[in-house]
Amino acid sequence: MMSFVSYLVNGLSLGSIYALIALGYTMVYGIAKMLNFAHGDIIMVGGYAALITMATTWCPVWLAIVIAVVVCTVLGVVIEKVAYKPLRGAPPLAVLITAIGVSYLLQNVALLTQTANPKTFTSIAAGAPPFLLVFEGKAPLFFTAAADSPYGDLKPVLTISMETFLAIVVSIVIMVLLTLFINKTKAGKAMLACSEDKGAAQLMGINVNGTITLTFAIGSALAAVAAVLMCSTYPQITPYTGSMPGIKAFVAAVFGGIGSIPGAMIGGVLLGVIEQLSKAYISSQLSDAIVFLVLIIVLVVRPTGILGRKINEKV
Amino acid sequence: MKRFKVMTMRKQTKNNLITFVGAAVLFFAMAALSQAGVLNNKITGLLVPIGIYVILAISLNLTVGVLGELSLGHAGFMCVGAYVSGAVSLVIQNSPNLAVPDWLRFALAIVLGGIMAAVFGVLIGIPVLRLRGDYLAIVTLGFGEIMKSLANNIYLVMDNNGLHFGFTQAPELGENSEGAKELLRGPIGMSAPQDTNIWVVSVVLLICLAALMMFIDSKSGRACMAVRDNYIAAQSVGINVTKFRLMAFTISAAIAGVAGALYSHSISLLAAKKFDYNLSILILVFVVLGGLGSMRGSIIATIILYALPEIFREVGNYRMLIYAIVLIGMMIFNNAPFFIQLRERIGASAPVRKLKGIFKKKKAGGVE
Repeated sequence: MMSFVSYLVNGLSLGSIYALIALGYTMVYGIAKMLNFAHGDIIMVGGYAALITMATTWCPVWLAIVIAVVVCTVLGVVIEKVAYKPLRGAPPLAVLITAIGVSYLLQNVALLTQTANPKTFTSIAAGAPPFLLVFEGKAPLFFTAAADSPYGDLKPVLTISMETFLAIVVSIVIMVLLTLFINKTKAGKAMLACSEDKGAAQLMGINVNGTITLTFAIGSALAAVAAVLMCSTYPQITPYTGSMPGIKAFVAAVFGGIGSIPGAMIGGVLLGVIEQLSKAYISSQLSDAIVFLVLIIVLVVRPTGILGRKINEKV
Repeated sequence: MKRFKVMTMRKQTKNNLITFVGAAVLFFAMAALSQAGVLNNKITGLLVPIGIYVILAISLNLTVGVLGELSLGHAGFMCVGAYVSGAVSLVIQNSPNLAVPDWLRFALAIVLGGIMAAVFGVLIGIPVLRLRGDYLAIVTLGFGEIMKSLANNIYLVMDNNGLHFGFTQAPELGENSEGAKELLRGPIGMSAPQDTNIWVVSVVLLICLAALMMFIDSKSGRACMAVRDNYIAAQSVGINVTKFRLMAFTISAAIAGVAGALYSHSISLLAAKKFDYNLSILILVFVVLGGLGSMRGSIIATIILYALPEIFREVGNYRMLIYAIVLIGMMIFNNAPFFIQLRERIGASAPVRKLKGIFKKKKAGGVE
């Protein structure tokens, strides 16, 4: 029973990281109607940025995270301006191939500057004690303590590492803030309007280009946060680190209904939980196949994802 | 009389004939040259993979260019063909009772690889083709990854008692199992006999090319293009949309399976992880740069894009960087509204369009 809870918590943690990445995919898709294949590689850049700054002596951890976020945000905006903006109005497949080109570019720059050897990422919560759940009598006690636990004799029934805990909490906070931003602020509402109808939004005086840039900036910033959380939990980084989580997050975005922000959150979390549970109970080699199988079943039953809207084609 | 016929030939037929003869001359000339020892080793070594990638590109062009659906899982069908044909070859080769000549074994392996890939095409096509657009793309990506994962976990061992099949772990062998041969070894992969050479690849390529062009030029092919250009209009004039989409999807899968069969017989150790989405995307890049719907464009783009990075291996690590930059630059230059207007304004559009005409028959717009 407790091992199930432990797998579930790990799944929630992985899922909230996927959700953060999926938000970037889904926001960009909603507004620019393009699949940004380079999004996964922005995660990788964020990871390296945090790694390099943390390796210097003067830089505290919080500053490293801020630098990673800034680097990714600037990178996302630059990519949008240089590669995607000239192609606005071009056939979607051309934009897709350009995004693939950007993805190759980022990977190869990382290969040249950082080499292909995996590097060890120091966790941002290194040294922090894990959370333990201990039963004393009947009352469960939840506290953070490691070796010098006052309940030394009692075995903890559940251990949750600080990284896992952080991933869940940070993601929840970010998702709440993002939802508030989109529904309450002017810029957020402009994003919704643009994703609904770009032409009409422009007629209402919304700066469509500025809004698209803002979307890329937010998506990339979220990717940087996801990068730091992910590399802390799975402490290794290579130039290809971002590509598989990127694809998984893309799947999560489609799973929830691409273009829908709550959909990306639900899709990401569900995907993470399914992946961890199938790793634990079915087969670790086949967990990817199971994730994709579930996706396919969901899409066949609900062709536009869990929260996607059905679009009726008009003649 | 014959000359008269050529004169009145339909434009499409003439175009197809030029493509076919061009490909035939090119590939057979290269094969002859490499056999004569004129070409250096590096180029000779490139010929077989280029031929295989050309087959993949023209088959994907049927799905993306003619049918108008973005498929990101083409490597999955190649994987099916590679594994089925490899297993068939290895089983026949290791069975002492079966006296099958090598050429027949290879032909059988290729045909079976193609058929199995087609079966998978139908099985996958039925659920997939209920979807459209980006959702279809992501589901094909999912299927590609699933097939890769499954192939990565298959074990096949042959001993005196017959075949033993294992999934996710090697099968347990019973008594009397001396001389057991591991045919498929899970993540390590398999070593099919090295039968593929440039002549075989050229012949298979030309057969596939002819079949594809005939399909596209047939009533069914035109139905597919009608579905691509306007789904609802095609439905309303009585085209059985599902049937033609499934047909094109299956043919595309079968040819990818054939390419996979050639591939598994061309390299010494083949692991399933080769068939990931990066391979699918690589082929998609060939197809899109060559021009959607244009077989000739796919062939030319594949040859150039595959050969260039290999030939410039000396540049070392920078070659993929240059490739990426060239890819982005070409896409922007070809498709950005700004550049299209610029070309029109300076009057350069006529020669450019003429030049582009070689590569592009259909205006990109195949995929909505």
